Amino acid sequence: MSQKNIDRRSFVKKMATAAAMTAAASMFPGIIFASEQIENLPNGGNLEWKKGPCRFCGVGCGILVGVENGKAVAVKGDPNSFVNKGLLCVKGYHQTMCIQAKDRLTYALVKKNGSYVKTPISEALDIVANKMKETIEKHGKDAVAMYTSGQSTIPEGYVASKLMKGAIGTNNLDCNARLCMASAVTGFLTTFGADEPMGCYEDINHADYFITWGNNMAEMHPVLFSRMLEQKNNRGAKIIDFATRTTRSSMAANKSILFEPQTDLAVANAICYEIINNGWVNKLFVEKHCNFSKGSTNIGYGTEDKFKFKDKPVGINFEEFKKFLEDYTPEKVAKYSKVSVKDIKYLANIYGDPNKKVVSYWCMGMNQHTRGTWINNLVYNIHLLTGKISQPGNGPFSLTGQPSACGTAREVGTFTHKLPKGVVMNEKHRRLAAKIWKVPYENIPSKPTYHATEMFRAVDRGDIKFIWTQVTNPLVSLPKTSRYRPGMEKDSCFVVVSDVFPTPTSDVADVILPASWHIEKGGLYGNSERRTQHWDKMIEGPGDTTPDAWMTIEVAKRMGYGDLFPYSEENHVEEIYNEYIQFHEGAKHGMAPLEVLKKESGAIWPYVNGKSTQWRFNAKYDPACSNGEDFHFYGKPDGKAVIWQRPYEPAAESPDQEFPFWLNTGRVIEHWHTGSMTRRIPVLHKAMPHAYVEFHPDDAKTLGIRNGEKVKVTSRRGSCTLPASINQRGLPTKGQVFVPFFDESMLINDVTLDAFCPISKEPDYKKCAVKIERV
Amino acid sequence: MPIKSYVLHYEESKREELVKGLQKLQGCEIIPAQNHAVIVLVTETETEELDNKLYHKLLEIKGLKHVSLVSGFDTK
Ligand code: SF4
Repeated sequence: MSQKNIDRRSFVKKMATAAAMTAAASMFPGIIFASEQIENLPNGGNLEWKKGPCRFCGVGCGILVGVENGKAVAVKGDPNSFVNKGLLCVKGYHQTMCIQAKDRLTYALVKKNGSYVKTPISEALDIVANKMKETIEKHGKDAVAMYTSGQSTIPEGYVASKLMKGAIGTNNLDCNARLCMASAVTGFLTTFGADEPMGCYEDINHADYFITWGNNMAEMHPVLFSRMLEQKNNRGAKIIDFATRTTRSSMAANKSILFEPQTDLAVANAICYEIINNGWVNKLFVEKHCNFSKGSTNIGYGTEDKFKFKDKPVGINFEEFKKFLEDYTPEKVAKYSKVSVKDIKYLANIYGDPNKKVVSYWCMGMNQHTRGTWINNLVYNIHLLTGKISQPGNGPFSLTGQPSACGTAREVGTFTHKLPKGVVMNEKHRRLAAKIWKVPYENIPSKPTYHATEMFRAVDRGDIKFIWTQVTNPLVSLPKTSRYRPGMEKDSCFVVVSDVFPTPTSDVADVILPASWHIEKGGLYGNSERRTQHWDKMIEGPGDTTPDAWMTIEVAKRMGYGDLFPYSEENHVEEIYNEYIQFHEGAKHGMAPLEVLKKESGAIWPYVNGKSTQWRFNAKYDPACSNGEDFHFYGKPDGKAVIWQRPYEPAAESPDQEFPFWLNTGRVIEHWHTGSMTRRIPVLHKAMPHAYVEFHPDDAKTLGIRNGEKVKVTSRRGSCTLPASINQRGLPTKGQVFVPFFDESMLINDVTLDAFCPISKEPDYKKCAVKIERV
Repeated sequence: MPIKSYVLHYEESKREELVKGLQKLQGCEIIPAQNHAVIVLVTETETEELDNKLYHKLLEIKGLKHVSLVSGFDTK
């Protein structure tokens, strides 16, 4: 072996050692290894370390990528990042290992006579632009659509919005973040009038209690969970896991409380009942800073095409709210939630104790819910009634799944109803967008069109005749793919897919565009705590791979919109960001200048006078508070947050005689969403090679199912066959099965239901009815 | 030529037995923690096949509670 190879192996070995030691330290804070081992760890050799955010999740850990001779050879946690302080999870460490996968899309592919033909990128972009133009000419601008992602960078989202809404003049733009956090957005807007959490990750260092609502943070937000465990071990902070399934998070928590699917609504109301009944309301806070309201009830589930709903809020008073809660005494709720009276009172006690600081965390468990907006409102109610909000260690905290669900989908606004500032329905917001984009104000339509599910229904119906997807894999991630796959295969719609790897979605494309991967382009992401992070291009991508933003710009130019997209290929990230931040100027949402983001491991908006705002709405920390009080919920015109009266309503589909089990779907730590990247990382693929269906051991016994045995999961929509998993990774409650959705060879979303929250339009992937058969 | 690292969790009372068992395996470097029942294990083998064999031998060692793979590299 050459000396160079020996050096490289020894370096890699040291990296592997460092990774395992860091992982051990995350599990056992304060763990000590012999000091000579630590001294031997690599300090980087001749590598150049470049900073950026992790590609894989909404935690937004800072990474350092070691580059040698133009190749990414190592990844480590960024010790200067406030998010992860040098720690990474297993996905984070191995992220760059997918780049070299043998089936990487390196050239554009155009379908000709049924087979894909390798095509120069500029020719492929000509085809996309011509097809888009031709479709608009023939069928109108609402016949074309773009479907993007919470993994799109800020510049990628921005140019997609500018092209669709500003240049073409259609609101046919939505994104996969609709599937994971739209209910969080509507929750924030209805309660506070301003999107995104008020607190930040530093809350972890201050809270006495962490209450996780249907949130398996040990697998989905592993680095944050490690930080919580550190606080648990060091200063006795407590973790209470409130969920429908026993997971790694439940096992590491101080207490695990299980509830019947959908009844979180009732339990949250019961907690409020207890808070009021025991006199634990922070009266001064509520009087000064809250209003009470109720909305429509029996609001439907959106399972029919072209479903429409508009909430009708009506102001109520405290006494009416109190009266409403009489239906939610712990005794009444315990009967159907399967949470004991004692446990409901235990939770209420924690929230009600004025001397305990509490942070509530949640993610898809609460958001992917046919009453997703409501359950978000209800958890806010608990924090508002007790005044435990917007203070270090006290607050509700909705986490995101994707690395830029906040930065791109929510802040740039790649939803049908959104603009970079505000919404299309608001004339002032449209005028601002038109001014910055330099387009006639009339170009931007005032009515939203299709949210994600409805967009793919429109493709199936033949209403959308051209769709371009970027950084997303809807034919694995949409609910009820059993309808939407045949829909996208129809000749009535021309499908363009930009991606890094082939996926079941690119399989139905007419044109496949080869996208640059994360570190092969520069960009910006915004994580769950309002932190914007920038990175520079670190390595060259292979073949014709091109950043998505640049492909959008090239198509825009070819369609005749060159004047609106005057960016240069080398500096487009910088130029776009500088244009974009004009939308957010001011104390309520000011973004950090690029020079700051280039130097630091991210900054939290509102970034005011050179400083991140860690706790919004609290006059002590937030310069935008202007009412002269301690707190100011300035998202609402009267500066007050809303406590919502929201009842318990059942799920869209519940188990019955024919389909007797609940189906719950979700993720695993090893894989990123639909697995198109992580399944190409050998170590992650080997650790979790395929999906499975989890059973409660009693159900498995009754059905005569053994571990590993193949079983068929069937709903009214489709079926999926998977090996059984009993008492392994997770343990669903009796009468429930759980399946992770990362595996494109076992498509569980053929089985799920496309019911959604009528307010947020976010589908519920956690509840539908299935039957189980041995095969 | 695979290089892997693991975090091994073991039963407190079996530490010595476990360390001896690991020392017998070729291609293993072990780093026991001083204050927790945890060992960091780094393995280096010539081929995928040997790596697989080593992994299975590892699982047979008495006293091991849980093996979690942390990283894997192939340096060919
Ligand atoms: S926790 Fe999320 S952001 Fe952090 S390393 Fe893991 S995948 Fe990346």
